[in-house]
Amino acid sequence: MLKRDVLVIGGGISGVQAALDLADKGYKVCLVDKQPSIGGKMVKLDKTFPTNDCSICISSPKMVEVSRHKNIDLLTYSEVKRVDGDAGDFRVRIWKRTKYVDPQKCTGCADCEKACPVEVVNQFNERLSKRKAIYIEFPQAVPLTYTIDYKNCIGCGACDRVCEANAISFLERSQEINLEVGSIIVASGFEQLEPSIRGEYGYGVYENVITSLQYERLLSSSGPTQGKVLRPSDGKPPKKVAWIQCVGSRCQEQGYPYCSRVCCMYATKEASITKEEDPTKKIYVFYMDIRAYGKDFQQYYDKAKKIGIKYIRSRPAKVYENLDRSLKVKYEDTQTGEIKDLDVDLLVLSSAIIPSRDNLKLAKVLRIEVDEHGFIKSKDLLLDPTSSTREGIYIAGCAQGPKDIPDSVAQASGAAAMALGPIKDRKRMTRVEKRKEIDVSKAEPRIGVFVCNCGKNIGGFLDVGGVAESAKKLPNVEWVEEDMFTCSEDTQKRIKQAIAEHNLNRIVVAACSPRTHAPLFQDTMEEAGLNRYLFEMANIRNQCSWVHSKEKDKATGKAKDLVRMAVAKASLLTPLQESEITVRRQALIIGGGIAGMKAALILADIGVRVYLVEREPKLGGKLRDIYKLFPSDIEAEKVLHKMIGEVKEDKNIRVYTGCQVKEIDGYIGNWEVEFTNGRHAVVSTVIIATGSQEIEPPASYGYKKSGQIMTQLELERTLKEGKIDKKAKNIVFINCVGSMTEERPWCCRIGCGNSLKNAKLLKEKIPGANVWVLYKDMRAFGKEEEEYYRSAQQLGVVFIRYDQDPKVTVGNKVNVEVLDSLLGESLEIDANLVVLTCQLEGDSSVGNLKRMLKVAADSGNFYQEAHVKLRPLDFATDGVYVCGSAHYPKNLSDAISQAEGAASRAAIPMLKGFTKSEGIVASVDEDLCSGCKLCIAVCPYSAIEFDEEKKVARINEVLCKGCGSCPSACPSGALQQKGYTDKQISSMVEAAFEEVS
Amino acid sequence: MVFEPKILAFLCNWCSYAGADLAGVSRFQYPPNVLPIRVMCSSRVSPEHIFQAFDQGADGVFVAGCHPGDCHYINGNYKTLRKVKLTKKMLEQIGINPKRLRLEWISSVEGVKFAEVVREMTEELKELGPIER
Ligand code: FES
Repeated sequence: MLKRDVLVIGGGISGVQAALDLADKGYKVCLVDKQPSIGGKMVKLDKTFPTNDCSICISSPKMVEVSRHKNIDLLTYSEVKRVDGDAGDFRVRIWKRTKYVDPQKCTGCADCEKACPVEVVNQFNERLSKRKAIYIEFPQAVPLTYTIDYKNCIGCGACDRVCEANAISFLERSQEINLEVGSIIVASGFEQLEPSIRGEYGYGVYENVITSLQYERLLSSSGPTQGKVLRPSDGKPPKKVAWIQCVGSRCQEQGYPYCSRVCCMYATKEASITKEEDPTKKIYVFYMDIRAYGKDFQQYYDKAKKIGIKYIRSRPAKVYENLDRSLKVKYEDTQTGEIKDLDVDLLVLSSAIIPSRDNLKLAKVLRIEVDEHGFIKSKDLLLDPTSSTREGIYIAGCAQGPKDIPDSVAQASGAAAMALGPIKDRKRMTRVEKRKEIDVSKAEPRIGVFVCNCGKNIGGFLDVGGVAESAKKLPNVEWVEEDMFTCSEDTQKRIKQAIAEHNLNRIVVAACSPRTHAPLFQDTMEEAGLNRYLFEMANIRNQCSWVHSKEKDKATGKAKDLVRMAVAKASLLTPLQESEITVRRQALIIGGGIAGMKAALILADIGVRVYLVEREPKLGGKLRDIYKLFPSDIEAEKVLHKMIGEVKEDKNIRVYTGCQVKEIDGYIGNWEVEFTNGRHAVVSTVIIATGSQEIEPPASYGYKKSGQIMTQLELERTLKEGKIDKKAKNIVFINCVGSMTEERPWCCRIGCGNSLKNAKLLKEKIPGANVWVLYKDMRAFGKEEEEYYRSAQQLGVVFIRYDQDPKVTVGNKVNVEVLDSLLGESLEIDANLVVLTCQLEGDSSVGNLKRMLKVAADSGNFYQEAHVKLRPLDFATDGVYVCGSAHYPKNLSDAISQAEGAASRAAIPMLKGFTKSEGIVASVDEDLCSGCKLCIAVCPYSAIEFDEEKKVARINEVLCKGCGSCPSACPSGALQQKGYTDKQISSMVEAAFEEVS
Repeated sequence: MVFEPKILAFLCNWCSYAGADLAGVSRFQYPPNVLPIRVMCSSRVSPEHIFQAFDQGADGVFVAGCHPGDCHYINGNYKTLRKVKLTKKMLEQIGINPKRLRLEWISSVEGVKFAEVVREMTEELKELGPIER
């Protein structure tokens, strides 16, 4: 029976993030994925919106981190079969299927794949291509080893015959693994609906109708068409492409009632990429509402319109195939009521995000509930979104409902925080014991060179013997060895022996890529007592033998060059240390709203001393003014009351109300804070939870000219105080006031929800009242929000879509005039009450705080996270985190997930008790430094300070991430990046062009 | 004898080096005229390294980093862009055709692009011939 702390089910980006968050804190995690590789759906995407980041590029480092983490056991191709026991003491049975390939021996060389005669539909490429029965799902797979797909294997043994590493083992059996854990995180992800459910669109019948996920694979450079969008029917590039949105979403009758939350944006992304690549292409998107609700989404959508993507508001009725296999889309022009045709060459269906089909099985095994659609049910959708219905089991990502990547990642961190509950007092492992290092400082370089054949992968295409021979002649080289597989277990032993026998103090391996293999050899060196930075690799496989496989002589020559360059640099390598600072369990949380309080409670629970500062005299933030919560109709007061009570009772939380941060200075582990109440504190980490604020509506809306015109927040207060005018007959809500303008181009994310909630509420409260909601796009994207929207419609709230801003005139009466852009009719309302849903912006404290904390904010005063997709709660500056509306307006459940997530992120260094620097950080030669401060401006991490006394730059090694941009900016050569010094780089340049005899 | 240009390539670890690795995994063939040096971020490359390369025998220098916005170190590649532009100007002043220095954004999935750029650059340099030293 294996004992671990947490089991994470599902290795998509959510599962990966949850596992890393826990493992980094020192807990032992077992990560289970049913696929041969982790990565989930994110790795299938080409790019991510709204930054067009390359999806695999940003996820692959995290996946590699998982596979190398000392605290994570990775079980791929495995499934959870049975779970007994309760929180704190779950007993889990896992079925690990055999891959028939020994992962220890497999080098991922692909010889077997070429030999295998069986072709199978490639599911990773969404059925757009074929793969072999022995396969790796994608080039960046983790683990990067082959799998024999038993169902399709014909047992011919061809792979076994060509495998030089002897990695194929047909005798290897599947096995049962028994595990004990304290908590479980379910991150089972999602699936995309097979759109044949909407027969009228012809998916599965017409070849050129594909899903959006298939389109992603077409766009991907590593996909079936190497990044060229080609029609499946004839392999020709389409000239006209259309997307149909909400296929199977927002439609109870033919699919699912909910909104899939990501389709508007990914369709916009796919369309934009296509258009940008070839502006002559005609691109159309059929939509119902464009839900560009997230940070920078609206701007992304606006840009798409600008580059010529045509958005057509209509739900097409039917699709026909033309003789030339192009498609005819029949749709109603909603403005004229006419039925129109549009011919396109390729049609993409944005079909619904649906629950993973494993959820039902999993729910049974785990004894947790699913919702009516099959997503894992939260204990409380608004207040406890990351807890399942059973103690000790938590939910991350799309397992709970459709979500984009940053929301998934934030929730995954949140789940990791919640999972601490049952295990928090367990022993943790935060340090790995290392062998004492041999002192090489006084020794001349003695280099050992190991040249790999990689079976035939290198040896078959260049003269490995010749490369080894030439290495022997290089200066400082004491030992050269040629191996069949340098990465194999027995070579590791030989490397250690060689180090001991020949007194080697630098190692060069000429083999594959340092990106995948350097850590393996570096571990070996450490075991032999050598510092891991005394290592260099020459990539003579991926960047030589494989790419010059028809030019043996030239490839051999290049390999010799590469080895010479590596040896030159190795001679100059010095041992590097990772420096460390102590991080105590003390945190500052700025902002006492719901997000700040939630984060405080989580941290306090794991023994962190928290200072919670709130500018207002009372805790509670914006929620204090809110009457009821969307989409549940629970009173905000009740929720708040309970939480404030908990915060006040907690001995680990010190609350300063009516107080602000006056000064704060320092860095992770050592922030010195001065409060406006005169008190001081030293904290290790800081969480910003300062929320957002309503802007004052533009004068044109008659605001303040009449008591009958108010903002949403004012309406909330009126409702709360019970002062609402019960005789009001005509009530008008105007959405997007001051939003999506030139000055404030973003969408406020929560305005539609607020007006839906209050419109419905007033309709119910005041019998006979007419309630209108004037909107641009109804952005009810969250869980259960679309359903709420429907119920408001059913209740009789009238929704009117506008493009031109409504006109509000204040005379004796208040009059609202609006042009209904769907019907083309204009409408005039004598309103008793006009409610303005105003644009939101970040809190006004941002200017000061961002300066003192050395973090960034955008033009809307929202804090700028370290990475939009994968580090939504962190800043580039270590030890500072953000959650809730300070990041971007949030509804309650998203704010809570983020708060838990930010607490989890902040808890990592605090539970570890220290934070470590990279070895390859920058350093300053004080004698050479002229104090010009150029480097300070260049550093993206605020890791360089100016020493006023000595008038030189000083590196904070813990903050430095080792990018090397400062040394190349330094005019005097005083700054160097360790491991990449000017001398070391120069030596490689020089060696590259050395004439060799 | 045909002139075989020598190209020195500085590749950032996170995207471009990975892209070059992928070209290998996918067995895309390209001319062996290029010698890569891996740096953590393209912003590590300084004009001096580029001049040294030209001085010691390179016929072309190729710097590659992550696409704008993708830099693993937030904004290193923007700094690279500025530096390379500046270096090109300086090259021109000392009589080296600035075409010999090339900056490309290559992501970790763009194995094809890596191969293509090397091929293109080799051809271009063949046409330009060796540098008069
Ligand atoms: S890490 Fe690739 S350019 Fe900075």
